[in-house]
Amino acid sequence: MTIFTYDQDSDGVVTLSWDQPGTSMNVMTLEGFAEFEELFDKAMADDSVKGVIVTSAKKDFAGGMDLGVLGKIRAEAGDNPAQALFDFTMNGHRILRKIERNVMDPKTSKGGKPVAWASPGTSAGIGTEIALACHRRFVADNPKAKIGLPEILVGLFPGAGGTTRVTRMMDLMSAAPILMEGKMLPPARAKSAGLIDEVVAPDQLLARAKEWVLSASDADIVKPWDKPGFKMPGGAPYHPAGFMTYVGASAMIHGKTQGVYPAAKALLSAIYEGAQVPFDTALRIEARHFTSVLLNPSSEAMIRSLFLNKGALEKGAVRPEVGDERVKKLGVLGAGMMGAGIAYVSANAGIEVVLIDQEQAAADRGKGHVEGLLDKGIQRRRVTEEKKAEVLGRITATTDYAALEGCDLIVEAVFEDPTIKADVTARAEAVIPETAIFATNTSTLPISELAKASARPEQFIGIHFFSPVDRMMLVEIIKGRQTGDRATAKALDFVRQIRKTPIVVNDARFFYANRCIIPYINEGVMMIAEGVEPALIENAAKQLGMPLGPLQLNDETSIDLGVKIAKATKAAMGDAYPAAAAKADEVIFRLFEEGRLGRKSKAGYYAYDEKGKRIGLWTGLGEIWPVAEDRPDLREIQHRLILVQVLEAVRAKEEGVLMDIREGDVGAILGWGFMPWSGGPFGWIDIMGAERVVEICDRLEASHGPRFAAPESLRKMAAEGTRFYQGTEVAAA
Amino acid sequence: MSEAYIYDALRTPRGKGRKDGSLNEVTSLRLSAEVLNAAKARNDLDTQAIEDVIWGNVTQVGEQGGCLARSAVLASDFDERVPGLSINRFCASGLEAVNLAANQVRGGAGQAYIAGGVEMMSRVPMGSDGAAIAVDPSLAMKTYFVPQGISADIIATEYGISRDDVDAYAVESQARAAKAWEDGRFAKSVIPVRDINGLPILERDEYMRPGTDMQALGSLKPAFKDQGEVMPGFDAVALLKYPHLERINHVHHAGNSSGIVDGAAALLIGNKDFGDKYGLTPRARIRATAKIGTDPTIMLTGPVPVTEKILAESGMSISDIDLFEVNEAFSAVVLRFVQAFDVDHDKVNVNGGAIAMGHPLGATGAMILGTALDELERSGKGTALTTLCVASGMGAATIIERI
Repeated sequence: MTIFTYDQDSDGVVTLSWDQPGTSMNVMTLEGFAEFEELFDKAMADDSVKGVIVTSAKKDFAGGMDLGVLGKIRAEAGDNPAQALFDFTMNGHRILRKIERNVMDPKTSKGGKPVAWASPGTSAGIGTEIALACHRRFVADNPKAKIGLPEILVGLFPGAGGTTRVTRMMDLMSAAPILMEGKMLPPARAKSAGLIDEVVAPDQLLARAKEWVLSASDADIVKPWDKPGFKMPGGAPYHPAGFMTYVGASAMIHGKTQGVYPAAKALLSAIYEGAQVPFDTALRIEARHFTSVLLNPSSEAMIRSLFLNKGALEKGAVRPEVGDERVKKLGVLGAGMMGAGIAYVSANAGIEVVLIDQEQAAADRGKGHVEGLLDKGIQRRRVTEEKKAEVLGRITATTDYAALEGCDLIVEAVFEDPTIKADVTARAEAVIPETAIFATNTSTLPISELAKASARPEQFIGIHFFSPVDRMMLVEIIKGRQTGDRATAKALDFVRQIRKTPIVVNDARFFYANRCIIPYINEGVMMIAEGVEPALIENAAKQLGMPLGPLQLNDETSIDLGVKIAKATKAAMGDAYPAAAAKADEVIFRLFEEGRLGRKSKAGYYAYDEKGKRIGLWTGLGEIWPVAEDRPDLREIQHRLILVQVLEAVRAKEEGVLMDIREGDVGAILGWGFMPWSGGPFGWIDIMGAERVVEICDRLEASHGPRFAAPESLRKMAAEGTRFYQGTEVAAA
Repeated sequence: MSEAYIYDALRTPRGKGRKDGSLNEVTSLRLSAEVLNAAKARNDLDTQAIEDVIWGNVTQVGEQGGCLARSAVLASDFDERVPGLSINRFCASGLEAVNLAANQVRGGAGQAYIAGGVEMMSRVPMGSDGAAIAVDPSLAMKTYFVPQGISADIIATEYGISRDDVDAYAVESQARAAKAWEDGRFAKSVIPVRDINGLPILERDEYMRPGTDMQALGSLKPAFKDQGEVMPGFDAVALLKYPHLERINHVHHAGNSSGIVDGAAALLIGNKDFGDKYGLTPRARIRATAKIGTDPTIMLTGPVPVTEKILAESGMSISDIDLFEVNEAFSAVVLRFVQAFDVDHDKVNVNGGAIAMGHPLGATGAMILGTALDELERSGKGTALTTLCVASGMGAATIIERI
């Protein structure tokens, strides 16, 4: 297989062009590494070769490493995965170090061949680490290009020398956004950060790189760290200049990650320990920490859910086998926050949108909301005026249902009232083609019930967006009892068009996400009634890696909605309404009576200032529900907050609401920010081990009631010692 | 087992720990040697009787590095056969030097020791020796490292100590120190620092601000609020360890925390035979010593558990102690001690402390032990407990009985 092409021109410059077969984006594989090295060696050995340009035949340079490789290495390593992963990492260092030092005299650093990196577009991860090993870096002035090292976002850190090189190219504070936050930078910012050297016109990219290769002197191709007397920029850890930076870095990382991300800790240790030794020793240290991260179950779980399985779901892993169902014309019923958000993401993706509301003013307000989002993009220089006009041009805001003619998908986002929903369903179906799919964005009403208003229930489906639509990446697709495959395919193709991540679930109360979130909120709320300090509840949740504590989350989702859901659930369940929920209701109803509805009323569990900024927990909570004498153990609070979510996920799987654990995990992380370090609820059970989880369930069931009873399937796993996933590889349920 | 006695205690006045402080011109070496010479002169010592010089010193780099204890012996009029041992238990180094010496004497390893310490904070900046616990991410994260000022603010938050409480404590420390100087209560211990020609350089503690009131302190901004809340955000780390707190209440500032100063102190410790042989009269018996490790995040609560430990080990109760010296690293440290044991503030730091007079890290333990001894003699009381909080989460204590 040819992955890199080798092309020598008449001036003796070799262009090594990366062109991974069968994919639009280059990703590094073991074969790719081997082939690159072979060709690079060839260029070095050939005296007629003056220098090398490393580039890509595609529109971007590379997306990163094929992370599936890591699981394979581990799986094949037998009983010593640490050695295998360390050897793999050190091999990467060796090859990249070869680019950097190539044939130069190791002592005098003379006689090497210049190696330029020329990227037509985006470069991430290992792509950028290859760039950092090259002697000079050129990037095309391409508005879509982003350069960076986003490894930290999937639970890793740059382990092919990126960590060691970046911290020797800039001081730690400047390196922090690149290494510790995984920021991808547009070419101009990558240049000002010192990550790359030149931004050139796209048609001049290779010419400029070649010009440099032919003119570079011996001194131009020696890295600062390979020159005598090299000093760490900004000061090494025990240099007076660097001391406080390093002290601060630990605190910042610790506080921001709440200590739950092993990769962040390992990254910082690699930097700190590496900063005190010569470059090649630092690479070895980087490899040791990188290996430790690869061996960490959390990193494995994050790679699995946030990279491999998320990608698989986006590419249609659960899509029924029917023809292309991409949306051409979309009708959105209801131009409120949700409707307008859906119109925005759809028009942005090039879909023609009809945005309907009862009053023209309301429809216009919806379109105005879209305009506002585009203006924000312009402020951030992410959107041009032309792009704005183009997107707005795709949206027709009207009250006229006749405008829906020719729509192949309708998304209904009107008030959560079955009568109103039935009415708009009928009105839309009177106009749209018989083949069109009708979707409801309801978050609370059963799809199968709403489908009764449709003349074509097999073409009726739930597409549940999360708020705010433009920022939340998950879309929950809900199949009603009669929903057919084409409707599911349509919904999945639509979600793919708008570049979000779909999960497909069956119809049941609160579907999947809300089914898990509501108990999380309730568990936190009922702890107030138990006399747990509110700060402890919130901090316990945040220390788990939840983005919001349950109390703040309830303030955001609003307390009156909580009251409404509680009343409706009680009405539906009657005597089966759990006692635990009633305990949470005591708090929610009391706050509701006090007029504390959450952020929107500038009063809830938290106190807010005039502008609606959260000041701190409301001191009145302690007056109504005094803090108990005995402070509960942090672990117990955390286990309760985790398990109410995790057990709902397991029950959803048992009941067939969830059809695939991958969807349960990816959906939990993207939908409500469930502890990303764990890889999701099922990933968390695997990390803990089912036996230990059942043990905790039994204990909590005894002390806190039947909501913690271990589901049968979990008991079975505990007894048999089985797991949900087998290793990193993409695993189906 | 023989008993260990204090035969003498002396200290230099404390100079402001800045470039314009009076002692800034004096080297750590010379100040140490001067204190040793004074101990020799005051007691007409045959220094060959001294088994070792144990010298507390925190920032052991530069002129304070290279085992300053031995250098100081060689620079002094001591016999060169006297060795020297530099030790570091952070803020309790001076006390730990005494405790080590006392326990060597009790165990029969030698008859007499000089124990004390020095810190020239204007010359060798605090923290300039590095510290893995603060800088190495693997340990900083494992121990939830925050700087001491944040730790002191955690104590205040955790134990309900308000800004008014810590300021009022500081006002009292200044008032007591001023009165103590006025009454000449430090006269027995303080030796003036002189130049090579015998001309005086410093004769009194110069850090004090007599007349400090609540209003003056009230105008000071909390010193650790920014590093706690903004950059780099140590409060977030503190809350990881203390999750029941919603936020850290930042109450400490330069006016209610210990002062950065220069200074040195020494005690002459020996057994009974030593006194008999050289005609020296013991002033106090070292009844008990103790040290302990505690939570490194809140870091400075050590005086409470180490006091519990020393009382238990010596079969005493808190009511057996007539006088307390609790190092005023930060107001909240002392207030927490007072709160934990419900002791009368009138028995604690009666002559002021480090908030008013300063805290020369490596010397302070020896200084305040001497202060306790002087006060026992002045007031005619019997038993004193001296304790200090220690960085990285430790505590040290000593109980002495007047003879």
